[in-house]
Amino acid sequence: MSSTEPTELRHTALDAVHRSLGATMTDFAGWDMPLRYGSERDEHLAVRTKAGLFDLSHMGEITVTGAGAADLLDYALVGNIASVGVGRARYTMICQADGGILDDLIVYRLAETEYMVVANASNAQVVLDALVERSAGFDAEVRDDRDAYALIAVQGPESPGILKSLTDADLDGLKYYAGLPGTVAGVPALIARTGYTGEDGFELFVKPEHAVELWQALAKAGEGVGLVPCGLSCRDTLRLEAGMPLYGHELTTALTPFDAGLGRVVKFEKEGDFVGREALQEAAAKARQNPPRVLVGLIAEGRRVPRAGYAVVAGGQVIGEVTSGAPSPTLGKPIAMAYVDAAHAAPGTEGVGVDIRGTHEPYEVVALPFYKRQK
Amino acid sequence: MSNPQQLRYSKEHEWLSAAEDGVSTVGITEFAANALGDVVYAQLPEVGSAVTAGETCGELESTKSVSDLYSPVTGEVTETNEDVVNDPSLVNSDPFGQGWLFKVRVAEEPADLLSADEYTAQNAG
Repeated sequence: MSSTEPTELRHTALDAVHRSLGATMTDFAGWDMPLRYGSERDEHLAVRTKAGLFDLSHMGEITVTGAGAADLLDYALVGNIASVGVGRARYTMICQADGGILDDLIVYRLAETEYMVVANASNAQVVLDALVERSAGFDAEVRDDRDAYALIAVQGPESPGILKSLTDADLDGLKYYAGLPGTVAGVPALIARTGYTGEDGFELFVKPEHAVELWQALAKAGEGVGLVPCGLSCRDTLRLEAGMPLYGHELTTALTPFDAGLGRVVKFEKEGDFVGREALQEAAAKARQNPPRVLVGLIAEGRRVPRAGYAVVAGGQVIGEVTSGAPSPTLGKPIAMAYVDAAHAAPGTEGVGVDIRGTHEPYEVVALPFYKRQK
Repeated sequence: MSNPQQLRYSKEHEWLSAAEDGVSTVGITEFAANALGDVVYAQLPEVGSAVTAGETCGELESTKSVSDLYSPVTGEVTETNEDVVNDPSLVNSDPFGQGWLFKVRVAEEPADLLSADEYTAQNAG
């Protein structure tokens, strides 16, 4: 264990609940968050087959309001935000002027002139600062709402049934990547059909003072169908199986969306300029002429687990780097996401391995995701 | 959790049984198993190899991390637990029993092995 300066960790509104449940806590981006309550493997499988309950209150909410809100977001982000309908959500990114990814975001359009931007905990301040800076000259207000919300997610095939027992909101009419205001267990909530697990599920944005009440109601409603509290550890293996990128791993300021294989989020066709447009146009052209490394999936033949930063090798040469790796509870084998040279990126490419602390372990190259739910 | 009284402990969270015919059994404690999370891979020292007290002799891999396995004593490895190699989750489910890791013919013990009470106190904070 390395010793670091003691820093004051932030606690979510559900902190006492986590401790009463015996959670193993971890420092995550300055927040004291539940890593797991029992076995992370059991929590993972519960989300795949039944349901899991997550505290995601560390995520960073930023509200953008005003007549110029859509224009500001179209300028500040790479997506076409003005085209998002009221009640819908969009996955997008915020980039630097040089095209490097500052963060990936979900933007909810709550009303005609009101948006909620949800940033990763580790980047919330960076995103807030960038939005404030980029708002100069726009008729829009950028508000730090990080302390205004607790966020509770219910994920897994049983989650619609659990939520339906606690709300009159029209969940059947609520599509994937949409959100509507409603009441859950008597608590006012923004009910969003989003998540980061590869399963159907909901994210509930509520006032922090309502978080415990809502958590307890959800836990009770899910008791009979196998709902369990879930920590960040299984959230990471769930998103990895689902092939979803994680900032700091698959996405960094050193990569443009085109390097990350996510060029489709960049909307050059939208009106007006946006931060990074020029650099991203160059990155797009470069990617067409000379394909960058490709994000692929790797499945182990053995049992040793590839970790972020490990070299991907073929014929004794380094051909890429692992960005995320873990034992996959669903596949029963170690898996990884890695950026590899285009020549070795095709599914089924022979002779690819990962250098695991000096030994080249064989890996199968596959297309992402590793897991896709049955609809 | 309680640490069995009849065992002795290293600061690195290995346990060591009392020697029978000069051979002791080594495992990791429940405290260490809980800290690791679900163990998914165990690389144990080879039978016949020499291990040195306080030095790395294998590794335990969990969902989140890889941890070195240290030998609490100096000696020669006489047996490894193949059940754990095949099913590493035994380290979590029964760390002081079926989750044992290897047996060692003890040549030399370090002076700083802990009693159960001392080990419990070390991890009480």
